[in-house]
Amino acid sequence: MALLEVKDLQVRVEDREILHGLSLTVNDGEVHAIMGPNGSGKSTLSHVIAGKPGYEVTGGQILFRGEDLLEMEPDERAAKGVFLAFQYPVEIPGVTTMNFLRTALNAQRKARGESELLVPDFLKKVRSVAAGLNIPQDMLKRGVNVGFSGGEKKRNEILQMALFEPSLCILDEMDSGLDIDALRIAADGVNALRSPERAMVVITHYQRLLNYIVPDYVHVMAKGRVVKSGGKELALQLEESGYAQFEDAA
Amino acid sequence: MPAVQETVDRVRRIDVDQYRYGFETLIESEKAPKGLSEDIVRFISEKKNEPAWMLEWRLEAYRRWLTMTEPTWARVNYPKIDYQDLYYYAAPKPKKTLSSIDEIDPEILKTYEKLGIPLREVAILEGVEPPPGGEPSEQRKIAVDAVFDSVSVATTFQKELKKAGVIFMPISEAIREHPELVRKYLGSVVPTSDNFFATLNSAVFSDGSFVYVPPGVRCPMELSTYFRINERNTGQFERTLIIADKGSYVSYLEGCTAPQRDENQLHAAVVELVALDDAEIKYSTVQNWYPGNSEGKGGIYNFVTKRGDCRGNHSKISWTQVETGSAITWKYPSCILRGDNSRGEFYSIAISNGYQQVDSGTKMLHLGKNTSSRIISKGIAAGKSQNTYRGLVTAHRKATGARNYTACDSLLIGDKCGAHTVPYVEAKNSSATFEHEATTSKISEDVLFYCTQRGLSQEEAVGLVVNGFVKDVLQQLPMEFAVEAQKLISISLEGSVG
Repeated sequence: MALLEVKDLQVRVEDREILHGLSLTVNDGEVHAIMGPNGSGKSTLSHVIAGKPGYEVTGGQILFRGEDLLEMEPDERAAKGVFLAFQYPVEIPGVTTMNFLRTALNAQRKARGESELLVPDFLKKVRSVAAGLNIPQDMLKRGVNVGFSGGEKKRNEILQMALFEPSLCILDEMDSGLDIDALRIAADGVNALRSPERAMVVITHYQRLLNYIVPDYVHVMAKGRVVKSGGKELALQLEESGYAQFEDAA
Repeated sequence: MPAVQETVDRVRRIDVDQYRYGFETLIESEKAPKGLSEDIVRFISEKKNEPAWMLEWRLEAYRRWLTMTEPTWARVNYPKIDYQDLYYYAAPKPKKTLSSIDEIDPEILKTYEKLGIPLREVAILEGVEPPPGGEPSEQRKIAVDAVFDSVSVATTFQKELKKAGVIFMPISEAIREHPELVRKYLGSVVPTSDNFFATLNSAVFSDGSFVYVPPGVRCPMELSTYFRINERNTGQFERTLIIADKGSYVSYLEGCTAPQRDENQLHAAVVELVALDDAEIKYSTVQNWYPGNSEGKGGIYNFVTKRGDCRGNHSKISWTQVETGSAITWKYPSCILRGDNSRGEFYSIAISNGYQQVDSGTKMLHLGKNTSSRIISKGIAAGKSQNTYRGLVTAHRKATGARNYTACDSLLIGDKCGAHTVPYVEAKNSSATFEHEATTSKISEDVLFYCTQRGLSQEEAVGLVVNGFVKDVLQQLPMEFAVEAQKLISISLEGSVG
């Protein structure tokens, strides 16, 4: 059974249809890149999979290990193993990152019928993951994303990804706002999390991210559909020829 | 924006009837006849066995009150109150003097147990009956004065406090037993002519707490008073007077609840604090009066005058309040910074939901040299409520080096509520440094989605964000109260999101 099956998905925001019958299948452990110009519906796809309110699904379905994802609340999807790394992570003043991580992890564990992680075990786990991502301890004591640089915010997303151990990670424009060094650190963090049990959907506008996170498959989106799929070489091809050909085709 | 819509719908459906303390205690009570007159004032004074000077004081206040009009400047709306349609005195029967906890009506004891205020247990800790194997001194002790309608029904730990020289008793008793202290300080911070509600209180107040901490004494435990309104159509007018003599310290907690009723009830209390040289008073309130139901029916009108006088040099008064209840709140705990180098603090969390209206804040009046004050106010509005911060900071001509820092933050949940900030700042001394910061924010869809994507339910997400928002203030509360307050905050906001 596929991990994620998006079948003929049609999505509206207010009165405008954004996705017009999009299909995508992701199996365990695969890394898929979704590329496309601005406004092609890439971020909409990631939001709908994660369950962000404000989108109306007018047709098609999304199955996660055969279960209907669209019937679930965002927190249920998270507990099932769906993780979205945000393009713009939000700030939550007064709530320390450490507290946030623990509350979220325990909420997920509880939803899965697992016991809460004891504080010492949790601390040990966070510290080792944080060290691997070059995240200083004092960052964990600060309010969630409050005063974080662009790179720190993205590393904080990857920290959560590592901690929650999801089976599907969607990375929404992870490279936006990062300089080349910050990008490399973030990409290293993501690569360390690649495993046969974890699939990834990497959404990006530019090819350069895919030099660091090398995908198994590349899909090109234009005007709310996947217009072309191929191997990693497709990304390089795009870099040369641009999106215009696909937009015309769509 | 469906989630906002859902939030709005959910809020519409909330019965604030999740109010946990809405039960009524069925006990016989003795009431004065309805309405207010000189005779009623005399009746109350007589019931309390008061000396003549006290009666005169009350009558003077009553006559003054007749000439005053109700204030209308606050951003609150309510139908006109008929002051002749209220009872001004209600006392549980029997009203003979109680010599031990066992003589208290068991129904009242049960009420306090339901409220989580264990008078009996506390009494046991007092050493009357040490619990088998228990080591009472290891427990953190809190002395409790329980006020039921118009009278104080029990005050615990009196003996132990007495050993330290601390006087903690119902004010009605203090008027008889310590007239010299009461006469000296009563009305010295909030004069009988102060304002409409304070003047009314001066005429008819029935009970409340009295605290005196002698020079150099650090009060050995937290003192607390729990106010409970039970009777129908009965106003509660309690009066609290706390005096911290030179170099002393006291921390005082106040909690309030009331049954759920369709009609509004009036609560007009006065609290006076006096801190002499080098003394410190920390006054914390968790106010959870019945807020009314989802249609805005019923609930307490909370019109309270609280003021502290930093009378001595290097004295300090700190107000911390968590306001979640009441249909209408009109309350401005203030500090008069009279002594040189004195300090005033005001930390407030005011939460409004349903149809609640809050107009609350503080006054920091800098009179002495090098006085400083700090105001941290956090207003949270949900449902169709209106939440106003109103504050006044002034520096007198002679208040050289006065400093104030004010931060007012408002958080909105949903789009049918309102948050307002009305700061008044007035410096008559050019060396004064006054800083004011204010923010208004909303719990955005994006923040909620971020939290739910990480596995938190909507309610958990709101709870987390709100607790982060109020953290600076919660930290000011004594530990036991902070935990209670945190729970209360999540209960008050239950169902405020979809």
